[in-house]
Amino acid sequence: MATGLRDKIEEVAGRYPNRRSAIMPALYLAQAEHAQLSGEVLLEVADILDVPEIWVYELATFYDMFHTEPVGTFHIQVCTNISCLLLEAEGIVAHLESRLGIERGDTTPDGLFTLSTAECLGSCDTAPVMQVNYAFHENLSERRIDEILENLRGAVGE
Amino acid sequence: MFDKVLLKNAEIPNAHGIGAYEAAGGYRALATVLHEYSPDELIQLVKDSNLRGRGGAGFPTGVKWGFVPKDPALEKYLCCNADESEPGTFKDRVIMEKDPHQMIEGMVIGAYAIGAQKAYIYIRGEYVLSIERTEAALKEAYRKGYLGERILGTDFNLEMFVHCGAGAYICGEETALLESVEGRRAQPKLKPPFPVVEGLYGCPTVINNVETLACLPHIVQRGAEWFRGIGPERSPGPKLYCLSGHVRKPGLYELPMGISLRELVEDHGGGPRSGGRIKAVIPGGVSAPMIPESGLDVAMDFDSLAAIDTMLGSAGVIVLDETACVVRVAKRITEFFNHESCGKCTPCREGLDWAVKILRRLEDGRGKHEDLDQLERLCGSIFGNSFCALGDGAAWALSAALKHFRDEFVRHIEDGRCPFH
Repeated sequence: MATGLRDKIEEVAGRYPNRRSAIMPALYLAQAEHAQLSGEVLLEVADILDVPEIWVYELATFYDMFHTEPVGTFHIQVCTNISCLLLEAEGIVAHLESRLGIERGDTTPDGLFTLSTAECLGSCDTAPVMQVNYAFHENLSERRIDEILENLRGAVGE
Repeated sequence: MFDKVLLKNAEIPNAHGIGAYEAAGGYRALATVLHEYSPDELIQLVKDSNLRGRGGAGFPTGVKWGFVPKDPALEKYLCCNADESEPGTFKDRVIMEKDPHQMIEGMVIGAYAIGAQKAYIYIRGEYVLSIERTEAALKEAYRKGYLGERILGTDFNLEMFVHCGAGAYICGEETALLESVEGRRAQPKLKPPFPVVEGLYGCPTVINNVETLACLPHIVQRGAEWFRGIGPERSPGPKLYCLSGHVRKPGLYELPMGISLRELVEDHGGGPRSGGRIKAVIPGGVSAPMIPESGLDVAMDFDSLAAIDTMLGSAGVIVLDETACVVRVAKRITEFFNHESCGKCTPCREGLDWAVKILRRLEDGRGKHEDLDQLERLCGSIFGNSFCALGDGAAWALSAALKHFRDEFVRHIEDGRCPFH
């Protein structure tokens, strides 16, 4: 077990009067270290915080940003809520599906990209928008998408 | 020309650092409060300002603070609701990214008023830059003695932490937010007891929105009368309006409360994007019932919008021009609420799922006339029958689409297809 993770979790646990409150920040820390919150990782978090495993499991499966399934190196999340929908977000998703050769919700076979649709990301004045690993890409067009994908592939190739 | 208050620092480069904030007069209000006001005098000042909560409900902030028990033996908490997730809303993100100290100073002032020694800022997880800037600002504020022990040489102590959300709209609901800080699934609780009496860890807790808290340093510095003089007296102050959708100049606009919706959309927003006609406007995030074009002369304040059966909400103003399909918009809004329903109350969980199925077939042109009556019955069964406002908002938004644009729903049924796509 990584002692680094234990220390980091102990540090955030000090912000709260009880250990249960530290489960969410602990899950973020564990996810940053392991990429995916597998059953083993959830047990590790429960062990470090000394809380029942079910408390950890019920949060990991309630909140969308915790990934109990594998996610690609680049997690693309396209907002399809109203402001983006009005500015053709569906066309953006369709273009990404075609370029990546996968459907929304799936990961490319090389594990590089996961494509999701998202609820409002809070950047409605620059619609349509998406986040790649939570970094915003705004005022999207098909050409912008092609450039972004090329840059992401290039970043991995280097 | 209205002089910006909340966004006055936002255009200064690196305004998020404490140096820029202090140079612009930041943290002077806090010094004034700690040295010249008792908590009760401060609560009275905020009551006198008529400041009402910017998160959506519009509850008078000073009155909420006044409900907190005075017993000094009781531990108390302040939580900042920075879980901005109402579709169409992006105002709190701008404050946190560009001017986080404004929020933090407001929080220290609020914590002093209610006697809290611990405060949490609940920021939605997707807002990574907001989180980063707020964390950095907290470190600066501790270093400068605006947080921690014996703040500015007084007996007042305050610890402040960020708690990150993780992608659940329901955490914007105050009892769900507290459940989430306590490390539970974010499911709202029945009120009473209200959080001001029994909130975080069973202690009296005030939950205020980012924009509400950001108003406080200005009220302290410029006075209650100044604040009350901006816009309608019962619903006053500078207000952040988020403009998006089919509009030429989308963006975040700071203008007086009570400006007309038409002026906001047509003068500031430049009118509809296509140069064509506006069909409808959603005035306060997707929970707020849409208003047809004929209603655009309404004033953007809590009471005026409530009087026409909608709400100011988060002031997320979404413009739909004549190319927008209301059935599709109503379907997408209902899908959103169905996805975000926490699943606790049956009317919201099951009712919204059913409504989505009906709306999907209506959009595809496979709907029947009876479906419209069924949707209205569903809205009636969901509204008022769940613990929190999520189900109410969903039912209210859908009812308005059906009421104002029934002919569009009927056309989908009669044509057997969507006339817009």
